[in-house]
Formats: sequence, structure tokens, C-alpha cells
Amino acid sequence: MTWETVIGLEIHSQLKTKSKIFSGASTSFGSKANTQACAVDLGFPGVLPVLNQEAVKMALRFGLSVNATINKNSIFARKNYFYPDLPKGYQISQFEIPIVGNGAIDITLDSGENKMVGITRAHLEEDAGKSIHDLYDDYTAIDLNRAGTPLLEIVSEPDMSSAQEAVAYAKKIHALVQYIDICDGNMQEGSFRCDANVSVRKKGAKLGTRAELKNINSFKFLEKAINLEVDRQIDILEEGGSVIQETRLYDSIKNETRSMRSKEEANDYRYFPDPDLLPVAISDELLIEIKKELPELPTEKKLRFVEKLELSSYDAEVLTSQKEVADYFEIMINQGADAKLSANWVMGELSAALNKNQLEISDSPISANELSKLLSRITDNTISGKIAKDVFKLMWDGNGSVDEIIEKQGLKQVTDSSAIESIIDDVIANNPDQVQQYKDGNSKLLGFFVGQVMKASQGKANPKQVNEILNEKLS
Amino acid sequence: MHNLTIAEQIKGLRNKDFSSLELTQHYLNRINDSELNAFISVTSNQALSQAKEADKKIANGKSSSLTGIPYAHKDIFCTKGVKTTAGSKMLDSFISPYDATLTNKLNAENMVMLGKTNMDEFAMGSSNENSYFGPVQNPWDTEKVPGGSSGGSAAAVAARISPFATGTDTGGSIRQPASLCGITGLKPTYGRISRYGMIAYASSLDQAGPLTRTAEDAAIVLNAMAGFDTNDSTSANKSVPDYTQCLKNSVNGLKIGLPKEYFSDGLDKGVEKVVMQSIKEYESMGAKVQEVSLPNTIHAIPAYYIVAPCECSSNLSRFDGVKYGYRCEDPRDLNDLYLRSRSEGFGDEVKRRIMIGTYALSAGYYDAYYLKAQKVRQLISEDFKKAFKDVDVIMSPVSPSAAFDLGSVKDPVSMYLADIYTLSVNLAGLPGMSIPAGFSDNLPVGLQLIGNHWSEELLLNTAHQFQMRTDWHNYSPADR
Repeated sequence: MTWETVIGLEIHSQLKTKSKIFSGASTSFGSKANTQACAVDLGFPGVLPVLNQEAVKMALRFGLSVNATINKNSIFARKNYFYPDLPKGYQISQFEIPIVGNGAIDITLDSGENKMVGITRAHLEEDAGKSIHDLYDDYTAIDLNRAGTPLLEIVSEPDMSSAQEAVAYAKKIHALVQYIDICDGNMQEGSFRCDANVSVRKKGAKLGTRAELKNINSFKFLEKAINLEVDRQIDILEEGGSVIQETRLYDSIKNETRSMRSKEEANDYRYFPDPDLLPVAISDELLIEIKKELPELPTEKKLRFVEKLELSSYDAEVLTSQKEVADYFEIMINQGADAKLSANWVMGELSAALNKNQLEISDSPISANELSKLLSRITDNTISGKIAKDVFKLMWDGNGSVDEIIEKQGLKQVTDSSAIESIIDDVIANNPDQVQQYKDGNSKLLGFFVGQVMKASQGKANPKQVNEILNEKLS
Repeated sequence: MHNLTIAEQIKGLRNKDFSSLELTQHYLNRINDSELNAFISVTSNQALSQAKEADKKIANGKSSSLTGIPYAHKDIFCTKGVKTTAGSKMLDSFISPYDATLTNKLNAENMVMLGKTNMDEFAMGSSNENSYFGPVQNPWDTEKVPGGSSGGSAAAVAARISPFATGTDTGGSIRQPASLCGITGLKPTYGRISRYGMIAYASSLDQAGPLTRTAEDAAIVLNAMAGFDTNDSTSANKSVPDYTQCLKNSVNGLKIGLPKEYFSDGLDKGVEKVVMQSIKEYESMGAKVQEVSLPNTIHAIPAYYIVAPCECSSNLSRFDGVKYGYRCEDPRDLNDLYLRSRSEGFGDEVKRRIMIGTYALSAGYYDAYYLKAQKVRQLISEDFKKAFKDVDVIMSPVSPSAAFDLGSVKDPVSMYLADIYTLSVNLAGLPGMSIPAGFSDNLPVGLQLIGNHWSEELLLNTAHQFQMRTDWHNYSPADR
């Protein structure tokens, strides 16, 4: 039997405001426990929330960049439940009327095809504090530094039909929120968190019962958790059972999901409009201002890379999928580096070295400026592409600047025709059989001669000249 | 000195007839001698040092008009370093780390806080019998209730143990005790005075206001209390007029509306008589009286007792035994901590309203209760809007009866029904006042004045003109 997977994601994206969504306390991460929470965050008697306008602007940036409808009067509501890291006994969120309504975003599938994923809504809310269960034997510790940190919860339509698609969508949103500078995207610190709603159904049947997967803090885990859940649901259904609606926790260490609470155990949140806050009124002027401030979005950048820089769609997609990568690439272009060559190097050598060392591009030991310098030494024929790879490795290991390395290691390309000619003459003289075969029509042997010449020149001979002179001499 | 109004005390301080320290000490002595239980905390030391500070300012010519005037603060306003209990066991030992905006504003005038006044727990009640710190006695008859929830404040002003007290009014909690204690109480338009630092009961209805002897005094202190606060998103960004400047307009030609629904069977005959006599007084001053209709009045009580409990059920969730306030002994686990801290820390009326509100907001009931109540609220607002097309001020009784015996009303619903004339004003966000209008069976009776949004000046002047012609506001329980 064939099963169809249906996935929707809820992404909690922590907004980069300096202060909290309803108070003036700082949002900085990693401070001593309970030092970044003021009376408002602590839910003291009598305190009142005041909406941080920066958070509103950030939500609007997101809304406009996914072409969403913006609700001109959105409402904050209280989500009531008791928990020690929720000081007021309710979370201020948006329920019936969120600030951002329907929108959509294009994702690129592995096949290279584009798929549009609907965005149901995005709403502003405050984060809760943290409960730390493993600090003391008999107690749970509470850190309220995070309480009141602004979140934008981005809810997708159930438009994804595989874990890979879900990851592609999550990565796309992850890139977008960094592009528009509303979230630092740090998944380790919990600035970007995904919950996945997963269900399966027989092809064409109506939606199956879903389970919500929580506690996923990397794209790798997102893929694993969804695949595990899909298998689990299919197993249940194939054995004649039925899936129950529940929230399941993903355990990355055991690589399993387990039930956290069923629908019956779920809280009745008793949502109602927060009487302490007025509706969030959005003027047309504000929208125009924010639209003007929006940077070039990934899709726009990709289009420009294809049209102006004549990159392939694939290359443009890869280079724009992360803001830092695009920024790195663009610095190189601005330094005058060749676009295609830069793309090859960023996606090839650089990316491989970063992966091998588990580094982000922002931590690269070779800056965009240095890499563009290296490429300029290829285009000005100082070194060959092959030698450049050796120089790259030496640069990576901190052996100095491009020109220092070329100089010190004597890697400068030989472009003196007579010098190259003399090497070629030696090679021809030493390989009479191959010369004969070549002349008899085995044109593939040209590569052999090029190889021999390069070897003899220790890779320094200009390959273009070698080819030209060889062609001449062998004809 | 205690028989002087604030206006007179201001003159006295300015003329050096007495110092703030003398005035303060005098009131502290009177508080000390009083057995009304009007105060939960008396802050003598702080008051005396504030008075000295005020005297210095006066001597240096750096004073404002209210500098050195003592007052009593309802124990619902947070005061840094001073216990703030909201009349509850839950906050019996709670000391706020910050000052309410209103506290700050009164401090900025160098007023002198005598102490924190008794109140119904979390402002829920109409008799002050719901206080963890015991009931307050009505100064006119110590067997009677002072009204609530600002019962301590009203009793303190009536007994002249404080010239002015702050109050809060969610469904009548300033006007009703003012009426039952024979003083002047003003509930301003919703949003006129900041709610920041005022412990929330029902956020969309709560409004602070002054309890004073006279309308003129109310105008003087309202000047200091009112104003926009960036810490309260629901406070109005609207300039504050000088309320004392409006007190000289004639009421000749003033159009007074009497809502027919407010003069129905449930109204005590003695109260009705006093109210009708006051209306006659206004007529004699040239005001025109006509009947108006507020047809949705009958829905006010059910709507209020949905909206207020819904909001309170959420507002009071923060009192969970985790961070501050009462915590039960030896909790077994988290649930036990919540259950027992809240069961033991809250009184019956508070628990009743939390339960009503929790029920009404529950999945499946929200539309039928909360949403419907909000629609009723809209209808009530529209009733007033319509009435104010025809009249300037609406006048009515404040409470269906004068002060009743302590302990006599046992059924909560009967207590709720007595709020019939005051609730609508809160549901519509309007300003309302109670002014002393006479006596029924030797107990004071108030007249309610209701105005359109932001008509405090009109209300204060209308009240002041009455007080220029009558002296009900000058009667003191001590004269009895």
C-alpha cells in the first residue's frame, strides 16, 4: 500500500529586538540566571505589558517578505495555563487575529523543481522562562531570563509531503529570517525552533490524524524525527490500528519520539483578548516604510545572480540559500573576482574545507577578500587553477597571504614560451611511441602529453600555453 | 485641622497656620484612636519623614499645591518597601519592589502617605467584609458596612482620619462606599488614571479615583492623579485640564437625565426620596430634568459578572505560590503547591469569581458567555451614547439602599444585585461620581452623577455647584 505523508511546520523564531516584547529588560542570551528579568517579566502584581514596536516591525518585515496579508488590527490574547516558568499564569500571544495572515514561500526541491508552501499565519508572542530539571536533585530550577523574549511563530500550511521537503522549507525560512535581519537563526541557543505536525494517509484520502513533534533543534533532527514518525504511523495503520492525536517529544540521543501528552490531556487554554493591550494598529505609512527598508530577498538575489552574473539556477540557489554565503560571494564579486570562478570555489574548495572542519562560513580562516585575491592570481595567469588549490590549503593553515605563499613556495606559473617549449621538446623526445600513436589518430593522448609536461614543470607551466604549443608541435 | 477640606489645608500650610508635620501627626493620632479597622498598614515613620521633607519644600518655596497634604492609599496600589496586600492572605507579607505610577505621582507632589487602607480582597466585594484583615466599620454606625471594595478609604475620609484617600472602582467600588459613608467619590473615565502598579482585578473595568469630602477636593487631587502613562497601554494619551478651573459654571440650563430603569421596585423608598430631593435642588438652580431610558440595564449585572470574573480568573493566575506571596507548607509536588497555595491563600469570594471566570472562558462556553457579555457591553455603551444625545448628565441613586448591617447579606447573589446602578458605568467606561445628598434613617445617601466620556470637568462642577447650595458634605459622624 502506498502512503502519503502530510507535514506542516510551526517555527518559533526569536526576534532580534534589544529589549523584550512587553518590557524594557534586555534579551541578551547567556546571562546569569534571573538577571535579565524585570518586574513585568516576573509577573509582579500590578505590572502591565507595553508592546515593543520593534517586534511589530520585525513581524511586518517577515509578512511583507512572504507576500502575506497584514492584519491592520491584530489582537493580543492570553493563553492561560499554569507552569512555574510562566510567571503570569498566561502567555501573551495572538490567537484569532494574528499580525501576519496568509502568505507563501517557494522552496527548491532536490529535483531542482520549485514548490510553493503556504504560510497560514505568523503571530507575535512572548517566550516563557526555562525550567531546569537536572541542576538539583529535589528541585526544579527556574530561569526567567528568557521570559518575555519576543517570538514570531510562523505556521505553515500542511503542504509538505516528505521530511526532505520539510527541511527545505525550514531552511528557507531560516535563511529568510536572517536575510531580513529579524532573527539570528541560532538553533543551538533555541533562537529558531521547529515543531512538526505529521500525518499519513492513503493516496487521495482525507487528512489522517496528526501528531505534533516537539523539541527539534537542528535540521538533521527534523528530518530524522519526521521519518521516524512517518514510519511509526504507517506501522500502526498497517497493523489495523489508529493514530491518536498527541504531542510527541523527539529524543535525539535515543533517536526516538515518545508521547508527551494526548489530546485529552491537553490544556484548555481559555484564550481571550488581553485587556491590558490595545489592538495593534498598522498604518499604511508604516507598511510603506518597512517595505522600503526591506533588503534584497533570497529569491530576488537568486534571480539577479542568474540574470546579471549568468550563474546557473542551481549555483544561484546554493549561493543564496544562506545569507552569510551570499554575502561572502558578493564581497568576492565586488573585489572584481569572476562570478563563475567564484561560485565554483565557494561551493567547491571553500565549502569542502568548511564542512571538513565543521565551520560556518562566518568562521572561515580565509576571508572573501583573500579568496578573491587568490582567484585573481588564476585569471592573471600567475598560477594555475591546480596550483591555486595548493595555495588555498596553505592559506587555510595560516601560512600567509596569497602572494607571500606564491612567492615563498616558488609557485609562480611559467609563462615563458621558450621554457615551456623546451620542456615539451623533452617530453616528445622521451615518448616516441606515444607520439606515433597520436599522429596515427589517437587524439586522446593529448591529455597524456599535457600531464607529462605539467609533471615536468611541477605544475607551474601555464596549461593554456602548454596545450597550444603541444598542438603545434604534434601536428 | 481634620475638619478642614484639602483646599483649606493647602491654605493653612501656605499661611504657616500649621506645618505638614503637625497635620500629619494629628491624623496619625486620629488613626491611632480609630477603631474602624480602616487601615491595613499605618506607615507612621515614613509619613513623618515625608511630612518633614514636605515642610522643607514649602519653606524653600519648591512646593506644589498638594505638598504636605496627607492621604491614605488603598492597599491595592503598589508601594515600594511598604506591604501591599490587596486585602488578601495571599499577599499578607508581600512588599512590592516598585511603586505604582499613581504612588509615584503622589510622591512627586510630596504628599504624605499615612498608610494603606483596608479593602475587599482583590477589590471583590461591596461591603468590605471580604477582607482577610477583617471588615471595616461604617463611621456613621459601627454596626453597618462602609461599602466596598474601597471601604477602608471611604471610612477613613468620612471619619476624618485622612483628608483624602485613593480608591479603585471596577463595578462601583469608589462610588458605593462613598455613598454609604457620606463622602464624595469619583470614578474617572477609563484610561484617565494609570493602572500601572494597581493590582488588577478586571483590567478592562478597573479605574482608580479619589475619595474626598468635597468635589472641589476631588478636582484638586485629580489634577495630580490623572494623565497618560507609557507603562499603561490603556491609559489615554490625552492632556489633563486643570480640574479646579471648571468649578464656577452655573448649572442653569443643564440637562439632567433620570434613567427610568434606575428608579424601579428594588429601590429603597428612603434613598429614592433623598435622590429626588437633590434633583429638585438642581431644578431650583435652573437645571432641566427629563426621563431617559437605558433599556439594557437589566443585562448589566449578568454581563459584569461574566466579564469581571473572566478577567480576574486570568489576572489572579500569577498568585501561584511560586514567586512571591503565600505558599502552602510542605508541598508534595507542583500540583499540590498550586492547589493548596491558592486554596489557602484566597478567600471564598475570590475563589468563587475565579471559578466562574474559568468556567466561562472554557472551550465550548466562550461564545455563549464571554463573547455574549462583550456584546451586551456594547449595547449598554450604546444606551448611554443615545441618552447623552439628549442630556448632559445622568443622575441616579448609587446603591438601592443605605449602609446595611455587617454580616446581614449572606447570599453572594443578593450582594451582586446591589451593584445594579453602578456596574453599567464601568462596562461603558464612563466617569461617575457619588456625592452626599442627604440621610435616610440617619445613614448617608449618595447621589450618582454619570457623564459622557472625558466629562470629569462637567461632573466636578455639577457636584461642586450642589455642594455650594447644600451642606450634606459637611456633616461629620462626630456630630451625631
